[in-house]
Amino acid sequence: MLRTALAASLFAFPALAQDFTLPELPYAADALDPVINAQTMELHHGKHHQTYVDNLNKAIAAGDAPAGTSLEDLVAGAGTFTPAIRNNAGGHWNHTFFWESMAPAAEAGEMSPELSEAITAVFGSEDEFRAAFEKAGADRFGSGWVWLIVNDEDQLEITSTPNQDNPLMDVAETQGTPLLGNDVWEHAYYLTYNNRRAEYLGKWWDIVDWTEISERYDQAIGQ
Amino acid sequence: MAFTLPDLPYSHDALADLGMSRETLEFHHDIHHKAYVDNGNKLIAGTEWENKSLEEIVKGTYQPGAVAQNGIFNNASQHWNHNLFWEVMGPGEKKIPGALESALTESFGSVDKFKEEFAAAGAGQFGSGWAWLVKDASGALKVTKTENGVNPLCFDQTALLGVDVWEHSYYIDFRNKRPAYLTNFLDKLVNWEAVAAKL
Ligand SMILES: [Fe+2]
Ligand SMILES: [Fe+2]
Ligand SMILES: [Fe+2]
Repeated sequence: MLRTALAASLFAFPALAQDFTLPELPYAADALDPVINAQTMELHHGKHHQTYVDNLNKAIAAGDAPAGTSLEDLVAGAGTFTPAIRNNAGGHWNHTFFWESMAPAAEAGEMSPELSEAITAVFGSEDEFRAAFEKAGADRFGSGWVWLIVNDEDQLEITSTPNQDNPLMDVAETQGTPLLGNDVWEHAYYLTYNNRRAEYLGKWWDIVDWTEISERYDQAIGQ
Repeated sequence: MAFTLPDLPYSHDALADLGMSRETLEFHHDIHHKAYVDNGNKLIAGTEWENKSLEEIVKGTYQPGAVAQNGIFNNASQHWNHNLFWEVMGPGEKKIPGALESALTESFGSVDKFKEEFAAAGAGQFGSGWAWLVKDASGALKVTKTENGVNPLCFDQTALLGVDVWEHSYYIDFRNKRPAYLTNFLDKLVNWEAVAAKL
């Protein structure tokens, strides 16, 4: 699978002292329209994500973290590095994960029975899960992300993080393995939804690729 | 006392030729600022803050060192911040009054140095927030930056100038280019008479 190959090359790259690079989108910029339009995708991927990559490379070149440190290690140890590493390694990791979490509505896969059962067991139903996830995203004041994670007790949990932090970071209030994350920075939705973050959060489900999320769940619980 | 949304001190298209469009002001003032007012009023109703002044609420609900501020603080402070923001912009004269120019030169070396420092603070505020020109208790002028809704009242400073760097402030007119928005703000939008009046 293309997306799996991309993930492998990004997340498991050997520790060579090589610049981080912007991954290509796993679909065309207009593939997620009308939930996320092409202009938003082009700016979000080509400008915002690119800036995190560039600023991460600059921070490493400036000695903020040892050259050759993997993205995973930069994220996990975010609190031990400078804010520039925390913010830009987080920005690079989060956006890469975000692109891979979505697919054109017609191709977005189904939830596995295992994940569906776990969601129902924890949240009551898929609808209640969605409502709780949307509320957590709407309640994040300022910029940040809302996540579905597998926590330390192998339980599903919804959490949110400020700015470009994520649940893999040592600085995260609630830590765990992310299965799904939605970007609630205003740049993620402003051109289409303006101030209406809740509407964006509600429509976003149409393009979540549950096949991918279900695979992540299997890996997270060790199946 | 209940918060009310102030009218803009100029028309919605008064700043359009200066880099802040009617569309931005319609969303930013009529929708975003109004939401802070409405949410703030809902949250203070029936609480100890209901009959307090806006300044008292901001100072009294700020939690130093908290990972995230509470809802009353966030909405009250953003109401205060936006009140100031509308006031320090304008379509008129862009000359810096002599007393303010002297104070900026004394504190920063020159007006240009002040502008550089202020723009750098705004660009360097990662995520949502504000950049400020403040006067501290000793009377010294300083440039600061704050996250989300946090403002100079929290630190017993007098705010002379503030710029909103939440993306909603500039996304319609400048997209991702926050530094261009900040330069434009300083060069074209600031009403320096209003800033000088706070000295
Ligand atoms: Fe896959
Ligand atoms: Fe983003
Ligand atoms: Fe604002």
